[in-house]
Amino acid sequence: MTTNDVAVRVRDLQKTYGRKAAVDGVSFDIHHGETFALLGPNGAGKSTTIEILEGYRIRTGGDAHVLGVDPAKGGLDWKARLGIVLQSTGETGLLTVAEQLRHFASLYPNPRDVDEVIAAVGLEAQAKTRIGKLSGGQQRRVDVALGIIGRPELLFLDEPTTGFDPEARQQFWGLIRRLKAEGVTILLTTHYIEEAAQLADRAGVIAGGGLVALGGVDEIGGADARVPLVRWTDGTGSHEQRTEEPGLLVASLVGSLGREPDGLEVIRPSLEDVYLQLVRAAEPVPAREEVAA
Amino acid sequence: MSIATLGAARIATETKTYFRSPDTLFFTFFFPFVMLAIFTAAFSAQGEVGPPGAEITIGAYYLPGMIAAGILLSGVQNLAVDIALEKGNGTLKRLGSTPLSPMSYFIGKIGQVFVTGALQAALLLLAGRLVLGIELPTEPGKWVTFAWVFVLGLVTSALVGIALSALPRSGKSATAVVIPTVLLLQFMSGVYLQWNMLPSWLQEIAGLFPLKWIAQGMRSVFLPEGWEVLEQNESWNLAGIAIALAIWLVVGLVLSRVTFRWIRRDA
Repeated sequence: MTTNDVAVRVRDLQKTYGRKAAVDGVSFDIHHGETFALLGPNGAGKSTTIEILEGYRIRTGGDAHVLGVDPAKGGLDWKARLGIVLQSTGETGLLTVAEQLRHFASLYPNPRDVDEVIAAVGLEAQAKTRIGKLSGGQQRRVDVALGIIGRPELLFLDEPTTGFDPEARQQFWGLIRRLKAEGVTILLTTHYIEEAAQLADRAGVIAGGGLVALGGVDEIGGADARVPLVRWTDGTGSHEQRTEEPGLLVASLVGSLGREPDGLEVIRPSLEDVYLQLVRAAEPVPAREEVAA
Repeated sequence: MSIATLGAARIATETKTYFRSPDTLFFTFFFPFVMLAIFTAAFSAQGEVGPPGAEITIGAYYLPGMIAAGILLSGVQNLAVDIALEKGNGTLKRLGSTPLSPMSYFIGKIGQVFVTGALQAALLLLAGRLVLGIELPTEPGKWVTFAWVFVLGLVTSALVGIALSALPRSGKSATAVVIPTVLLLQFMSGVYLQWNMLPSWLQEIAGLFPLKWIAQGMRSVFLPEGWEVLEQNESWNLAGIAIALAIWLVVGLVLSRVTFRWIRRDA
């Protein structure tokens, strides 16, 4: 497979700051039209990885191709094919929503229609309002609008729904599904694992600068991690047991105890549970918090 | 899309945001007006100033200095603070994600400085003429000097401002670093204090920086014949002005190109 078959190819990516490794040997592919979620705790190397792929930072080692181009050497033509929604910024916001979008549209060779984009992010009523006067969630929608105004082939979404209320998040998910349907490739990072489960086809979990899991959102962490878990307490302490047949286990517990077990829980691990297991297993994370910024 | 087309789009947007920013409007655009009013009011009781036979009102003396200060503020102070803030708050990072060339970004900034600086100078002249009753020169030669000192001074100031914006470590510290520096230059370059009253060692130091030369050029345009005896070497030294500003222009251009980054450099 050549680098042109995939939208993003990362091989053994390395980034060190002084003697600290922020990213240490990360490899993954993102196929055209795929939505890929990169998950991980703060300071795990997520942002550094993404900023290398966006062309902001220069890698120390390894290989990266983004839309067939080395991001360290990407020119303006390459940038015109990307859409980047950065983590929230503190811009002064002196322009109105429509002014800002019209201006950014003018920077791209084949932009989307400004009014359509404003409608897509649900800001029709705020089009003539200065961005600085919008609420945090509304400003975040402007960020998303600016990310898609250039009709990108590849969209980077770095924690896009921070500050959204649940309804706004649902609307945002709808927008991302429409972009997916148009064939846009998406690289998403989020702290809302539910969001990754909803939107992503595949996910990678990054912890301590390395990739600890990679796969479909339904498979990641392996089959064992998704086996239902039964927890209960008895005279000897608390117990937990994984089983494909939790009902039978509970029935046998009741049978042997002759009564309702204390603290009984039956858990079907969600992506979030799997994620938390993976991240905890990767601890102790060396002091990488300082390099997160 | 060409660098120039995008640059023109940037000029329009940059100018719009300039006039919507209250801090910039006061500390950059209107500041010379405020200072002209204060100095004129404070010193007008002294009567006319200047060498015998060439006396002028205090307002007429301060007008060229304030035009020079406006050039420095519109370029150096405005851009050094503005770009440092844009780097600190993510504006630059976002622009860096688009197919905008840094050259177009520079064109936008320099164009903004030009539009706002020209408007500022025109309004200062208008206020000087209409409010303070200052006689403006009528010889075309004086206005030719005005034009080239203005353009050269403004482009130099803009480039020095872009270069200086790399210095503040955060957007918040930008005003704390830049405004006092610029203020100090105005005191020692014959803008606030009468040039010939400054000790010669201070004049020598001021001569290392561009504002002294811009102010000298503006005095040569607006002060009557006879005032040149109060300058260094008793001459307007237009050639020296052109050389000093050209050197600063090249220094500013090189530093701007070398230091500019869409985001802060890797740690």
